[in-house]
Amino acid sequence: MRGVAVVGAAETTRLGVIPELSVIGLHADAALNAMADAGLGPADIDGLATAGEYPPALAAYLGLAPKWIDGTTVGGCSFMLHVRHAAAAIEAGYCTTVLITHGESGRSGVGRVAHANSTSSLAAEFEYPYGVSGATSNLTIPALRYMKERGATEEDLARVVVIQREWAAMNPRATLKTPITIEEVLKSEIIAWPFRKPMCCLRTDGGGALILTAAARAKDLPGKPVYIMGSGEAVEAPMVSMMEDFASFRGFRSAGADAFAQAGITHGDVDHLMIYDAFAHLPLYGLEDLGFCRPGEAKDFMRARRTAPGGDLPMNTNGGGLCYMHSGMYGMYALQESVRQMRGIAPAQVPGAKISVCVGVGGMFAAAGVVIFTNDAQRLRNPKA
Amino acid sequence: MPRTLPKPSPETRHYWDGCKAGELRLQRCRHCREPYFPPRPFCPRCASRDVEVFKASGKATLYSYVINHRPRADMGTEPHSIAVVTLAEGPRMMTNVINCPQTPEALQLDMPLRVVFGNESAEIALPYFEPAEKP
Repeated sequence: MRGVAVVGAAETTRLGVIPELSVIGLHADAALNAMADAGLGPADIDGLATAGEYPPALAAYLGLAPKWIDGTTVGGCSFMLHVRHAAAAIEAGYCTTVLITHGESGRSGVGRVAHANSTSSLAAEFEYPYGVSGATSNLTIPALRYMKERGATEEDLARVVVIQREWAAMNPRATLKTPITIEEVLKSEIIAWPFRKPMCCLRTDGGGALILTAAARAKDLPGKPVYIMGSGEAVEAPMVSMMEDFASFRGFRSAGADAFAQAGITHGDVDHLMIYDAFAHLPLYGLEDLGFCRPGEAKDFMRARRTAPGGDLPMNTNGGGLCYMHSGMYGMYALQESVRQMRGIAPAQVPGAKISVCVGVGGMFAAAGVVIFTNDAQRLRNPKA
Repeated sequence: MPRTLPKPSPETRHYWDGCKAGELRLQRCRHCREPYFPPRPFCPRCASRDVEVFKASGKATLYSYVINHRPRADMGTEPHSIAVVTLAEGPRMMTNVINCPQTPEALQLDMPLRVVFGNESAEIALPYFEPAEKP
């Protein structure tokens, strides 16, 4: 059979506050756990992809001699792009088994390399002087325009938090498990209006790793393979002020359409959905831009609890970046939850789920990556097979 | 703590010189006539290098914003707007909306704005926007 499968998937042994591990140590902890999960060792890995860490440094640290590397670093969705690139590399025969790693000391800052705010880049010249300080006051700027054009309210932003807290309550590894009401969210501290503290992602330490190989080889390995049905990637605005339409993310539209076309599925086929939620507005954009509902209907979709426990499109079932964990580049944890759901081992397992769509954003609406997974080899669309 | 200021590059120098002279300068393609921002020495729509600098009207409308309640150390201690405005000529840019209360009530989307320049150093004046009609 053709195609590529995830055969190893793991997060760091612990998540949250991990002061005893540096960034590269978090990468390594996750990588070792994923190798153990796959029943593979360093000698079996001949491809390596990572973001934020220098691939040659990580290869040497882990004792790998990769023939193929990918250091694509476009923010939180980098790992969705790594999965897509790795699948292409395996199909092309450049390598057989790819390790993708993430590690970030988002809370403790151990071994973290400071990102210089270069004052000669365009963002430094044309955005930084106005007081943007990280994603909290930058990625959030389009939200008011979205709300005005789509008729969404602050209550709708709060509802995203409330529903994800319901999912997190079922997940022992989630950081924020206590139920919260819309009223409580709307009474909490304003960070960057209209965003209040629970509408902003966590800052935690952690890591994750995936191992991919040809689907034909996956049957000889111990785990239940999770196949890659389709993927997409796109870029849009290196600065948020350059985003074409603040009510819709072209990156999501483009990457989503490509992933669905490659997978050969329709929205009705999707059993489980992850949409990167660094902030509460992003799932609303994702639902509309990926075509799960029409523009302006995401708020109604969520008011009807269709993404909540018991709904027909369970979304962000780990609790998401708002409640589960968020190290900085959250995409790896969204991928891990999609893989757990496809393996049938998620803490809040969607019964019988066969297709999972995983959607990531990078930077301030700068990049997007979408991966569609299935656990059903019969659903793989291989026209040339 | 002094405000962090931009360092002009050879390709953006005309813009910052304009701000210092009290003019908001945009660029426009001589072929497709499309105005664009941020500055670069070619047209991002048709790739022509035949572009010109022109003085924009300074009129804009408020496209979207946040009110940052955790100001950066160089931005003072009071909550302030970080906004994106749509210039009358079409391009958008980030700015602060000033000379009005930094509240949702005072900052209504699509409200008309006009440019004002704040002298921040010998080299740099930053373009800000204020309500075009004073309440």
